[in-house]
Amino acid sequence: MTGIDRLDVMDLAARRGGRPVFHGVSFTLEQGGALRLAGRNGGGKTTLLRILAGLGRADRGVVRWNGEPIGDDREAHAARLGWLGHADALKPALSARENLQAALRIADRPVAGLDDALDALGLGSLADLPASWLSSGQRRRVALARVLAGAAPLWLLDEPTVGLDAVSVVALERSIASHRADGGMVVAATHTALDLGSDTVSLDPAKHAGAIPEPTA
Amino acid sequence: MNGFLALIARDLRLARRQGADVAMTLAFFVVVVALFPLGLGPTPALLARIAGGVLWVTALLAAMLSFDRLFQQDADDGGLDLLALSGMPLVLVALAKAVAHWLTTGLPTVLLAPLLALTLDLPAAAYPALVTGLLLGTPTVSLLGTVGAALVVGARRAGVLVALIVLPLTIPVLIFGVAAVEAGGAGLPIQPHLTLLAALLAAAIPLAPLAAGAALRQAVE
Amino acid sequence: MHRFANPTRFLRLANALLPWLTAAAVLLLASGLWLGLLRSPADYQQGETVRIMYVHVPAAWMAMAGYTTLALSSLAFLVWKHPLADLSARAASPIGAGFTAIALVTGALWGQPMWGTWWVWDARLTSVLVLLFLYLGHMALTNAFDDPERGGRAGAVLALVGVVNLPIIKFSVDWWNTLHQPASVLRLGGSTIDPAMMKPLFLMAGGYLAVFGIALILRIRALYAERRLRQLRLSLTDA
Repeated sequence: MTGIDRLDVMDLAARRGGRPVFHGVSFTLEQGGALRLAGRNGGGKTTLLRILAGLGRADRGVVRWNGEPIGDDREAHAARLGWLGHADALKPALSARENLQAALRIADRPVAGLDDALDALGLGSLADLPASWLSSGQRRRVALARVLAGAAPLWLLDEPTVGLDAVSVVALERSIASHRADGGMVVAATHTALDLGSDTVSLDPAKHAGAIPEPTA
Repeated sequence: MNGFLALIARDLRLARRQGADVAMTLAFFVVVVALFPLGLGPTPALLARIAGGVLWVTALLAAMLSFDRLFQQDADDGGLDLLALSGMPLVLVALAKAVAHWLTTGLPTVLLAPLLALTLDLPAAAYPALVTGLLLGTPTVSLLGTVGAALVVGARRAGVLVALIVLPLTIPVLIFGVAAVEAGGAGLPIQPHLTLLAALLAAAIPLAPLAAGAALRQAVE
Repeated sequence: MHRFANPTRFLRLANALLPWLTAAAVLLLASGLWLGLLRSPADYQQGETVRIMYVHVPAAWMAMAGYTTLALSSLAFLVWKHPLADLSARAASPIGAGFTAIALVTGALWGQPMWGTWWVWDARLTSVLVLLFLYLGHMALTNAFDDPERGGRAGAVLALVGVVNLPIIKFSVDWWNTLHQPASVLRLGGSTIDPAMMKPLFLMAGGYLAVFGIALILRIRALYAERRLRQLRLSLTDA
């Protein structure tokens, strides 16, 4: 990473199913920063995360990475993301290790960090079991390991702690801290007390709800 | 290129692990072809006359069975989002899926068809036309099916819907494929029919993934 | 869809057009039927049954016009994302399908005395049948989603894929038909159309076009009302 990476979000407005979800959302995240998306279900946390990933379209406003709108080059933006959605995106017929290998290769990323990522989340012994044998908490950890192994600068996590026990939550917090220390950014939607580290900004999209106002002039 | 091949490899591995899916499609092919002599009577002359059509139509129907699953599994487990974030344009994702589908469904059909043609008394002269025609036509069907599969992600009754949408689009392939078989059986030149099949394939390779990619983007957003 | 907060200019225009279209439809259809069924000459080959042509041929033309409307609306929806284009596509589909069905049924009614059978797999009938399938597929797809926006966009892509495929299907069916039916060649009531037959034909075509326009406007209005109702009900839950 040359210079300091910035994620700028300006005056973002979004709809879901034709209904306005939020408007006027703005924030800036710099290298090493973290943003917590808090608030009730249905408040727009997932919608906002998907827009940040380029998976969803904003009604208004723009998301910029180092000054460039992310919509200009979706593929380049995808390459800098570590995405964890609601679902784990694991294939039951493949083992944890095979799932990660496939995901990394499909995304054309180096497979080198795979074992370290699995160990960081305590999955070393489970790595070669079929994903269908794993509990939901274990599957969530495999999905998190995928994010770790991807070694991308911007992590977008949607409810990462679902199904995780206390030990695993601590492991996750440690991974996030390590990622931030290396200069990475984290945006996490969570209604738990997950500690994202110091200097974490908080944002509740539901506080920006209501009809999207017409643009002035 | 690496991501493209990796996606094909993953889907092939999944198909091998969940082998029952592929086997079921081929079993369907065999069962339905067997229904025709049972329904129409085992007269060799009649069977030989309809063999080309029966094999082609059944191959199409068997392909339809597998399309609704093509993207639905990824959509259900969240994998579609990951594919959209893989750095590959969705057009390439669609093309990779089509290739994997053909390797797991189309190619076995091509290999199985001549064996089934034996049971239908297809004239010997028609075999090259049958195999070459299927070889050229089944990839086109896989490509068209990818478009249908991408369109029905998240739809109700996706299985029937994808067949309803894709079958009319495959009519040209069916027509030329059967025409080739009949020409072959009658000793007439099969070249023009095969050339048309090749032309359809050549048109489908760039266009179908484009449409499927657009449909996938809508499924993701 | 804040653009629906006020009725669009188009709907206001459409409402103004409606009485004129109705008058035109009545006039054109009445004069077309009068001339066609009662005053135009009988065909030297087919006798009186050729008169079905005046109902059948314009229906087939409208089947094509319907798909053109569907395709253009779909393109507009995908490119400019205007909600009216989505409504127009959804409206055009069943109307086009209806005209296609009319063309097929009247074609069968016409064919019975001519060919001695209700159905013949000639190139034209088969192509029109496939057109009906494309319409039905579009209608099924747009209505198969819980999210209407998703249905509209999927349907739009399908409509455009159909447009690309339509000439290919037409060509392949022609090919297939010439391979399998070299003998019978169908003519539209004789080698050339008598000018006395042209006039009622075009009058009927004009009348059908007016009916198409009326049906389209009525259906768009109904779809718009449905959308608006859904929006209002949902916005009540915000309070």
